[in-house]
Amino acid sequence: MPRLSAWFVRTALLYLGLGFTFGGLLLANKGVPLHPLTWRLLPAHIEFLLFGWTLQLVFGVAFWILPRWQTQRGDVRPAWVALLLVNTGIWLVVLTAWLNWPAWVLPGGRLLEAAAVIAFAVHAWPRIKPWMETTD
Amino acid sequence: MPPITRLFVKTSLLYLVAAFGAGVLLALRPLLPLPAFVAGLSPVYFHLFMVGWVMQIIVGVAYWMFPKWSKLLPRGHDGLALATYALLNVGLLLRVIAEPAQTVSAWPGWGWLIVLAATLQWLAGLAFIANTWPRVKEK
Repeated sequence: MPRLSAWFVRTALLYLGLGFTFGGLLLANKGVPLHPLTWRLLPAHIEFLLFGWTLQLVFGVAFWILPRWQTQRGDVRPAWVALLLVNTGIWLVVLTAWLNWPAWVLPGGRLLEAAAVIAFAVHAWPRIKPWMETTD
Repeated sequence: MPPITRLFVKTSLLYLVAAFGAGVLLALRPLLPLPAFVAGLSPVYFHLFMVGWVMQIIVGVAYWMFPKWSKLLPRGHDGLALATYALLNVGLLLRVIAEPAQTVSAWPGWGWLIVLAATLQWLAGLAFIANTWPRVKEK
């Protein structure tokens, strides 16, 4: 798989580990209460598994398998920007919830996540084409 | 498609059906006098989708399609993949039973079964990561 896909997928696997760990603690806390602060893991559990794991896995695999132009994947810069933006956005959202950062940081994080999706779409849009096309 | 992938994908489809079933029960709750445990199905409903269906179909397809690890172990350790399957499904099924049961029964054992469910699913995640990480490689 290409380098960027490996970055997306490895990052996604790290978030899967964190998200499952937090989820396990949250579920165990439902069965046998561990600590009142355990519930503060919930936003990170959701954020890490929905965007850190699932979204980045999809981005990584899409970058790898979407149709190419012979061996070329087109302009890959927006896809690299998406990797940077989505991870910055995820941590801004999570840390705002944990550290009581100013309220405007949360929409800022969401904005970065949205920008990541737009950047990835800018990269992927021209690649959504018939497999057999070899020139463009 | 390898047998382990078929196992994951077919099981994921069963969970998808079960998730919609749980959704129907939750939607009927305001209209019909359903048993009290149905009130505790909301988190179960969501996790039947996300763990039972989405996670499991990803695990199955990744096992099938990701780059081969080596000639000797092209898809990593099959034992780890099967352990992922067993841990994930036993853990999720325990949750499906114990979490709603805890809302209607004072038996303390339900709480410990939930802890066991959490531990098993966490171990499943670790087993999947351990088996998949070496296969994520640049070419």
